[in-house]
Amino acid sequence: MTPGTSNSSVRPFDLPAALKESALIAAMVLVLAIGLLGFKIEDVTGGLAILTRFGQVAVATGIGFFGRLALIALREGRTLPVVFTAGPLGLVLVALLITAQLGGSATAAGWLPFGSVVVDWLLAILILILALRALLGIWRTSTHLSLEERDAAMDRFGARVQRVALILGPLLLGFAVIMPFLPGVDRRILDIGILVITYIMLGWGLNIVVGLAGLLDLGYVAFYAVGAYSYALLATHFGLSFWICLPLAGIMAAFAGILLGFPVLRLRGDYLAIVTLGFGEMVRIVLLNWYDFTNGPDGISGIPRPSFFGLPFTRNPGEGVTAFHQFFGLEYSPIDRIMFLYYVILVMALITNLFTLRIRKLPIGRGWEALREDETACRSLGINPRNTKLTAFAIGAMFGGFGGSFFATRQGFISPESFTFIESAIILAIVVLGGMGSQIGVIFGALILIGLPEVFRELSQYRMLAFGAAMVIIMIWRPRGLLAHRDPTLRLSDHDPPGDPPDNPQVAAAGEPR
Amino acid sequence: MSQDAQTRNDSQILLTVEHLVMRFGGLMAIDDVSFSARQGHITAIIGPNGAGKTTVFNCLTGFYKPTSGRLTLQHPQLGPMLLERMEGYQIPQKAGVARTFQNIRLFPHMSVLENLVVAQHNQLMRASGFTVLGLLGARGYIRAEHQAVEFARYWLERINLVDMADMNAGNLPYGAQRRLEIARAMCIKPVLLCLDEPAAGLNPRESADLNQLLLRIRDEDRVGVLLIEHDMTVVMEISDHLVVLDYGRKISDGDPEQVRRDPEVIRAYLGEEEDQTPDTEPMH
Repeated sequence: MTPGTSNSSVRPFDLPAALKESALIAAMVLVLAIGLLGFKIEDVTGGLAILTRFGQVAVATGIGFFGRLALIALREGRTLPVVFTAGPLGLVLVALLITAQLGGSATAAGWLPFGSVVVDWLLAILILILALRALLGIWRTSTHLSLEERDAAMDRFGARVQRVALILGPLLLGFAVIMPFLPGVDRRILDIGILVITYIMLGWGLNIVVGLAGLLDLGYVAFYAVGAYSYALLATHFGLSFWICLPLAGIMAAFAGILLGFPVLRLRGDYLAIVTLGFGEMVRIVLLNWYDFTNGPDGISGIPRPSFFGLPFTRNPGEGVTAFHQFFGLEYSPIDRIMFLYYVILVMALITNLFTLRIRKLPIGRGWEALREDETACRSLGINPRNTKLTAFAIGAMFGGFGGSFFATRQGFISPESFTFIESAIILAIVVLGGMGSQIGVIFGALILIGLPEVFRELSQYRMLAFGAAMVIIMIWRPRGLLAHRDPTLRLSDHDPPGDPPDNPQVAAAGEPR
Repeated sequence: MSQDAQTRNDSQILLTVEHLVMRFGGLMAIDDVSFSARQGHITAIIGPNGAGKTTVFNCLTGFYKPTSGRLTLQHPQLGPMLLERMEGYQIPQKAGVARTFQNIRLFPHMSVLENLVVAQHNQLMRASGFTVLGLLGARGYIRAEHQAVEFARYWLERINLVDMADMNAGNLPYGAQRRLEIARAMCIKPVLLCLDEPAAGLNPRESADLNQLLLRIRDEDRVGVLLIEHDMTVVMEISDHLVVLDYGRKISDGDPEQVRRDPEVIRAYLGEEEDQTPDTEPMH
């Protein structure tokens, strides 16, 4: 470690240029903030009123200006001014927040820049991070990495996470298994858990299509819808139970996947994405308009709940039927059913994961990946691109169908409104954010994209904004996703361990710029 | 060399191209080309840029459907096959025609070993019971996978890449990528190997290694090799038979010595006397 002055600090600080750049950023923030923050429509007695929040716009613009200035100063190696301004500012903000929240002090609350406590906390944390980076910058000379270096560093990080995942995975699973019994876990948390695991499962299903086969599918929700309607219609019309309908729903969705697959066989990249997007919308519109069959926008209600091997979760089951709580001699509790649903989706997600992990190492999985890498080369090796693509679509769709029929049985009511494009976008975002092809990445992606919005409920109107910002950040810093790292499905050293030393991960890690 | 070539001349004819025509709209890319290639021979197709060499390859390997003509492969085990009637992806698998590409087409984010195992896809698919038995972890599949890896190891040893087996193929040095692509093509166990400019971009040492590799493939694996190459030292050194194309037509055909002296070839390559003799090339 070389302490102290670097070459960059010798260079004169170009203040006018820095001010100009900061002013430009501030102007951009101003334009954005007027629209996003400046006006608010509020319910007042006797109608709606537009409230103006120009104070917040001014604060946001100021943050844009000084934040940029601080970043420029960091870039130029002028760390001390940043430490001495951002540090105290952040601490003051934290102090204000604590007095406002714990002490209930109205004056402290009045001094806070934004109306929302969550945003204020985020701001304070960001300022403190900036100060901390500046503080570290005093010792370390440069924090600048080129895109390739950052990519390589993130890939090593992804590799390390994947190695950790061997331990982390079972730990997460263990936590997921005992989660319903932990103290303080109520129905709301269980519901969030079910939601997150549903999306994890859908992410794993889509990962087969997008991550392994490299077919960008923007209409995945169509298969989710097919699964949901298959179960709903079979159960309400023919009285079939959830456990019979589940495989049927999977088969129907797989069939829908093949149906989609045929016309798009020759399409690649953007064209494929657009057609799949259209397919997703087509399915939704058919569901909406085919009134006789799907009940149109009214949806299907009264979808039967799943039973525990024939034991229903009702307080007063009908004549001659034993309910779950009666059979086990328990007190009736409505949470039993939620817990059961939680375990059902957990098992379904696990099966999806095991299936994917296994199929990746089979010839078909390697064929998918080869197809993603180079379709022309695949043809020259005698791999049938049609069958390979169709199996990817079908198997990915099958898991979407499983997820859909679970969704139907959990909600008890479905309508085309649940299957809009935004669902496809969220599932795809989970896969892309986590890192295409990475199983553990999907878990983090789902936790971030589904879990965080549930926690930050009060900011729900800014959800799409945060979504977009997150995607932009990912595109800049990590185009391949957070944890994208691919381990080979076969290793020569595993097959016939010869005398020579095995490849040592430490050797690769030695070149790290840390 | 000549003695050796004499004995190999008795070998079976592997590929017969008869009156091959390929037309793209108004452009006649290949105009009535006929030639043949023998098993255990290296047959080089040469010619100036745009002569239609790669188009011949694309017709042979099913990437293009020829406008007319007949492409017969005399498979040593399975008998004659009409390549122009087969579905593109079936040609490598059923007829045993493998190819490499002018611009290398490996699977860059898959490991070197995986590249070679993917080439054995169809037999592994069958062994895995089209995934069902493989999912259940059937013993037969595990054995088949092991054999596939061992076959890949055999080829890795031949191309000197055993140490890099677990690296991503895209991270290999250029010369190694060229060798790997040839090994990958050999992993489908072909009877005819079509190489599209394998020596392009190689330094003299790598080029010499490549010659050795190709000669071994010819002599030990008894595979017929079709070769497109611009590097004349490579062509003259290793090929047994030359086919020269110019503007989509065959202008010469024979062993290297013959072709070297053919005035047509000299004219095509050096453009000699082209202005004075317009009647020999009325089209252009």
